[in-house]
Amino acid sequence: MKGMTIIVKTISSWVKLLIFLFGIYIVLFGHLTPGGGFAGGVIIASSYVLLMLAFGREFVEKNLSLTASSRLDCVGALMFVAIALVGMFYGAASFFWNFIHQQYLADRATEFKLVSAGIIPLCNIAIGLKVGASLFLVIFALSVFCNDFRCKGSARELM
Amino acid sequence: MSDIPLVLPAFVCIPLVAAFLLPILGSFGRKGRVVATALANLAALSLLAMSIASTNQFSVYNVGRWSIPLGINMVLDGFSALFLITVNLVSSAALLFSVRYMEQYTAKPKYLSLFMLMVAGMNGVVLTGDLFNLFVFLEVASIASYALVGFGCDDEQLEASFKYMVLGEVGSMFILLAIGLVYGATGMLNMAYISKAIQNNPTNVVLCFALALFIAGFGLKAALVPFHAWLPDAHSSAPAPISAMLSGILIKVLGVYALVRTIFSIFGISTTVGTLLVVLGVVNMVTGAFLAIGQGDLKRLLAYSSISQVGYIFLGIGLGGALLAAGASPVWASLAILGGLFHLLNHAVSKSLLFLTSGSVEMAAGTRQLDQLGGLAEKLPLTRASCAVASASIVGIPPFGGFWSKLILVIAAIGAGVYWAAALIVAVSVCTLIMYLKVHRYVFLGELSETRQQIKESRGSMAVAMICLACLCVFLGLVFLAPALRAELLEPAAKVLCDGVGYADKIMEFSKDMIVCAD
Amino acid sequence: MPYAMCFLLFMIGLYCAVVKKNMVKIVIGLAVMEYAVNLFLIMLGFRVNGAAPIVDKTCYDPATGRVTAGFLNAAVDPLPQALVLTSIVIGLGTLALLISICIRTYEKYGTFDITQIRKLKG
Repeated sequence: MKGMTIIVKTISSWVKLLIFLFGIYIVLFGHLTPGGGFAGGVIIASSYVLLMLAFGREFVEKNLSLTASSRLDCVGALMFVAIALVGMFYGAASFFWNFIHQQYLADRATEFKLVSAGIIPLCNIAIGLKVGASLFLVIFALSVFCNDFRCKGSARELM
Repeated sequence: MSDIPLVLPAFVCIPLVAAFLLPILGSFGRKGRVVATALANLAALSLLAMSIASTNQFSVYNVGRWSIPLGINMVLDGFSALFLITVNLVSSAALLFSVRYMEQYTAKPKYLSLFMLMVAGMNGVVLTGDLFNLFVFLEVASIASYALVGFGCDDEQLEASFKYMVLGEVGSMFILLAIGLVYGATGMLNMAYISKAIQNNPTNVVLCFALALFIAGFGLKAALVPFHAWLPDAHSSAPAPISAMLSGILIKVLGVYALVRTIFSIFGISTTVGTLLVVLGVVNMVTGAFLAIGQGDLKRLLAYSSISQVGYIFLGIGLGGALLAAGASPVWASLAILGGLFHLLNHAVSKSLLFLTSGSVEMAAGTRQLDQLGGLAEKLPLTRASCAVASASIVGIPPFGGFWSKLILVIAAIGAGVYWAAALIVAVSVCTLIMYLKVHRYVFLGELSETRQQIKESRGSMAVAMICLACLCVFLGLVFLAPALRAELLEPAAKVLCDGVGYADKIMEFSKDMIVCAD
Repeated sequence: MPYAMCFLLFMIGLYCAVVKKNMVKIVIGLAVMEYAVNLFLIMLGFRVNGAAPIVDKTCYDPATGRVTAGFLNAAVDPLPQALVLTSIVIGLGTLALLISICIRTYEKYGTFDITQIRKLKG
């Protein structure tokens, strides 16, 4: 997998940034507009998948190594649990308690107020991290499997 | 009571944090892996301690302070507490065993992570009071178990994993469709409120269809006989501690617990469903026992024996349910349910111990084909002793737990006038005796082959795990002689099932005076 | 009637998963089953001429300070959408695992035909 033609490479190196930014936008505005952590995470992962298709797997691995992405994956999940746990120890509240809720009932889901939905944007960020990293890992792992097999298959044919 | 509500989410939270912390730790070289292993064991032990502390209590926890039916709640009652203890007991033993056993595989942090996810899923299934949440936790536990069955990436393990996964997913889809139907018919997802809605409208066709789908879906997960094909493959191919988890608790939590909770607490038991459970139980008992005797592979034999023993559990609970619905003899009904639940506890402990010993045999001798083994008694004295204890318990030889649970089932069946069931319980016990005698005859007695003179007994954490479970087998036999333990653990669990749909009233009563933050 | 179509789709998926011999086709059948259930869940919340269930300031009745009855009657049920989102995520996880197991099995056996992949018997 050495990548595609120069046209695809050039276009995708421009487009990848836009896709990545769009993913971040979807994550951050998940509490106001349709979307959220999962959808945003998928878009972020897809920007890396585009890179993988255009430039080949090795190029992407240089940018975002497997260990790093699996750590990011775990950090995302841990962040989510941590947010839930903070709610638990915040005053006499409970698990998943929306602890940034002072303004919550007064002006819920107002534009230009990021914390208007309490912990939901924070949760979205955590989920976006988790989904982005894990989906990237899934596609990466599948491509590794296929590639291994193709090498073995051609070796078998040669023999 | 003030500190108990904090505990309930922790049952899910601790293994979940552990599951995601361990791969990070494990990626920092060898020391990190050691720390990760220690941490996993610590988490399992703390869960065990917490679950022992939570017996004989009733508590409801509203997640995020959203009051039901808007929010999700977690419910701890006697029935959940019994399963919590079983889950955490077996999982801590299996995890201890795998410290040493899993050295032969690579990627141990990933194994630990998946293991912890499975524990989190099972604890969640047991504790949740929301139908869709039950499905989510069920899927978490099942996906982790699919991956763990195929963990070795050998031909057979992948094949077993694929088979298990396809059937498991079909079961999950049945369950999800049933949940959709229930939601469509009642407009609720909270178990207590669904139960109330069903009481008001008992003869809804959609709900009957949903109940049938639930029985099919959870039956697939519990390997009830028409759907049992995946179980022997999956349970025999997985690594030994995972086989112990799957056979010991996973089929019981995802199958028995979820099915019984749905039937008894949500839909309300009827004579038809009770009889159906009895019939399924009997078919399971007989088929499993006959198929097990013919097996030549040690772990496959144990897996078929699991099918047979799950039949006992369903027989006891179904008999109790049918009697309750008929309203004839509540004493015998509660006794039958008690017997079924006690057998569940006994079987969880003894079957997981048997699978651990099979792992020890396989590790020492390098094979698990019965005809290639033999004469291991001298070389593996500890494995042999613990295998003997577990077999004795599962067959039902007097001082051990299995004897008492089968005795209770027989007494309840005779008391209720179902003599054929009592006769079958005894007959299948004889079959079980034959199959475990076969195991001992082929594995531990006879000639030791020349090539196996050098094999060594398993040591370290594997030995400790086996000794702990063997002691527990003996201890469970004494539970019935000590009324205090029985009153703590088993009787509350049986009482929950006898109360049936009284579950809903109890939850609503409890959560009436909780803080309401929703408008 | 739409519910019946959903059920038909579910049965098609089930048929495909149970009868087909090719592993990939079995996976496709499972996916079809899952989408049928998702479709069913979504349709439970459907309302003719429904509005998106997003509460903003226009939905409040200024007199009482509560959400207006008109909005409550028009808004579609948001819960099935949340359920479907969750079940899609779960489906993604299972699908990825299934496909990876398929690939590994193909690597080992060199075939997708389940009648030839049977080392386990009994």
